[in-house]
Amino acid sequence: MILTVENLSVDFATGGGLLHAVRDVSFTLDAGEVVGIVGESGSGKSVTAQSILRIIPANGRIAAGDIRFRDRSVLALDGEELRRFRGREVAMIFQEPGRSFDPIYSIGKSLAETIRAHQPDLGEDEIRERSIRLLEEVHVTNPERRLENFPHQFSGGLLQRIMIAHALASDPTVLIADEPTTALDVTIQAGIVDLLLELRRRRNVAILFITHNLALISSFADRLVVMYGGLVMEEGRTVDVLRSPRHPYTAGLLASLVPFGAHHSQQSLFILSGAPPNPMAPEPGCPFAPRCPLAKPGCREAIPEIRTDGGSRVRCIVEGPK
Amino acid sequence: MIHFDSIVKHYPLEAGFFAREEHKVFAVNGVDFRVEPGEIYGLVGESGCGKTTTARLLVRMERLTGGNILFRSRDGREFRLAGIGRADLAALRSRVRYVFQDPARSLNPRLSIREVLLSGYRYSPRWPGRSRAEEEARSLIQEVGLSVGDLDRRPADFSGGQRQRISIARALITQPEVLICDEVVSALDVSIQGQILNLLLRLREERGLTMIFIAHDLAVVGYVSDRIGVMYRGVLVEEAPARTLMANRRHPYTQYLFESLPVLRTDGESHRRRGDPALRATFSRRADATENPVSDATFLEMDEPEPGHRVSRIFSDAPRR
Ligand SMILES: Nc1ncnc2c1ncn2[C@@H]1O[C@H](COP(=O)(O)OP(=O)(O)OP(=O)(O)O)[C@@H](O)[C@H]1O
Ligand SMILES: Nc1ncnc2c1ncn2[C@@H]1O[C@H](COP(=O)(O)OP(=O)(O)OP(=O)(O)O)[C@@H](O)[C@H]1O
Ligand code: SF4
Ligand SMILES: [Mg+2]
Ligand SMILES: [Mg+2]
Repeated sequence: MILTVENLSVDFATGGGLLHAVRDVSFTLDAGEVVGIVGESGSGKSVTAQSILRIIPANGRIAAGDIRFRDRSVLALDGEELRRFRGREVAMIFQEPGRSFDPIYSIGKSLAETIRAHQPDLGEDEIRERSIRLLEEVHVTNPERRLENFPHQFSGGLLQRIMIAHALASDPTVLIADEPTTALDVTIQAGIVDLLLELRRRRNVAILFITHNLALISSFADRLVVMYGGLVMEEGRTVDVLRSPRHPYTAGLLASLVPFGAHHSQQSLFILSGAPPNPMAPEPGCPFAPRCPLAKPGCREAIPEIRTDGGSRVRCIVEGPK
Repeated sequence: MIHFDSIVKHYPLEAGFFAREEHKVFAVNGVDFRVEPGEIYGLVGESGCGKTTTARLLVRMERLTGGNILFRSRDGREFRLAGIGRADLAALRSRVRYVFQDPARSLNPRLSIREVLLSGYRYSPRWPGRSRAEEEARSLIQEVGLSVGDLDRRPADFSGGQRQRISIARALITQPEVLICDEVVSALDVSIQGQILNLLLRLREERGLTMIFIAHDLAVVGYVSDRIGVMYRGVLVEEAPARTLMANRRHPYTQYLFESLPVLRTDGESHRRRGDPALRATFSRRADATENPVSDATFLEMDEPEPGHRVSRIFSDAPRR
């Protein structure tokens, strides 16, 4: 196992009290494996990813659990070790490209900086050549000229691709991608997935891929983790989770997909009724209970334990496909 | 009614005084379409094809290089974007709201969500007074799937999708006549996405809200739009009622784009890129924004094979199946 997240809990201090963003989350990532994390907006996917790199915002705190990279606790890494872990072993691609670029640096300058950090011996010309190759790899046309441009001169999708070029520059063991294709069009999405799969083939890179795009992840991830209200609700092989979901939330999510060709004048969308959980005041029991069609009185008493059901791990007291 | 009248936007590719004139990004090259009052107009196309630029031209975040945009507001006032004056621009912006593609760039990190929602509202002509506005903020924040307590938190304390919903609420609270949604549901899980789409459709029913809806998810655009325009390299290549386009795509670029859409697979098949390889080769080779795709203005003429279905002649020589 290259990466293990064990019973991770993360809290944030806010004006209104403690916010429990991640609650008892466990999963593993093997070398060369692709694991997808999907689920509710605000369910703790990004915070989980940030915890692995130990870059959660200052008001956050890992309250319990451990993160292990190979055989070492990431939480115990310090100084130089932590820097090496972040720079060489694990690279992250973020959700919002606009925030990841310094507006006063040209694309070429920031890319050169990233390359230099990993390969200090390269000369100016080699760095420039490598920059151009990286931009070509992520399908930026006219890379020689584009290196001179500034972030505001690129569309959202182009910036996202340049960010991936940055991550590739460090040749990482684990790549964490937090919605890297969100602002991208369908053809480039497919291209990025091709690119990531090629990396895994060539270098056995393990990939943790956070996304809302179930169609995209369905043919890409080996396993899926489904999150809701800070908890892992279901985890299993992608085929199993998508073909016969064992958790009512997973089933609800799949039912909410807009079918291709549907039109509002003819068909209304399936909507999970009720509001998403409020992490400032979590339900004492299953966070999905207020919206769950199968909820029973017992569901609201305590958070259900994770158990195995049809090859998947599921946090629900009702057994069987949903 | 909004008429994008043969609009053109070129950006300099090099900054500074010595920038060479011929080095340009041809972001929008003669796009012409109308959006009717109360209509939801979907705009699709690959990254960099000029969707955001088109939208930004409407609120004058960018200046037109050529062409004009005419906006006739419901109270009969007319706005022409080319050479618009300051007072008119302020009046236009109180009627047309733009929800950005990347909310992190647009939410002031120092303000609480309450202040974020109210600050833009306060100077709008519809400001109903503090307490009424507060009430509206509380109800709207719940409609976008957040809670009243979130009004006291700051933008940095939210997830990406939550921030996106905050920027939707910020635009809606001012009750604009026109809403530009630039990739506003892509960072949301499909369940909250459905909730937001329903909210937008309801506001259209209730207030006659006009919308320009930009997104990459073709199933979503197809669902929510009345009509759809397809852009490629800053040119409108096809336009049709959404239901027509979902069933029958005439321009080879549109065909290519729709074939690339990933579909949910439950058979465990590994990733395979879809889309006709010949078309893919043709269109990706051509997708260079630093070359002017319109060497001849007759390229921009559109045929209308059936009423309301317009197909551009440009690039239509690509191999058809
Ligand atoms: N700095 C912070 N301070 C307080 N709360 C925070 C902070 N960052 C995130 N949160 C909260 O933690 C919870 C989990 O956030 P996270 O960003 O992990 O969600 P997510 O699953 O990635 O959602 P999305 O799909 O919308 O990106 C959310 O309720 C969010 O509001
Ligand atoms: N300020 C600018 N200076 C130079 N070029 C720019 C500028 N803004 C946008 N561009 C370029 O104009 C073209 C159109 O960009 P635009 O942002 O409109 O695309 P888009 O269709 O919204 O793409 P996406 O789907 O990726 O958001 C792109 O080639 C982009 O790089
Ligand atoms: S535990 Fe109960 S409320 Fe929760 S998902 Fe299962 S059935 Fe529904
Ligand atoms: Mg996130
Ligand atoms: Mg855009």
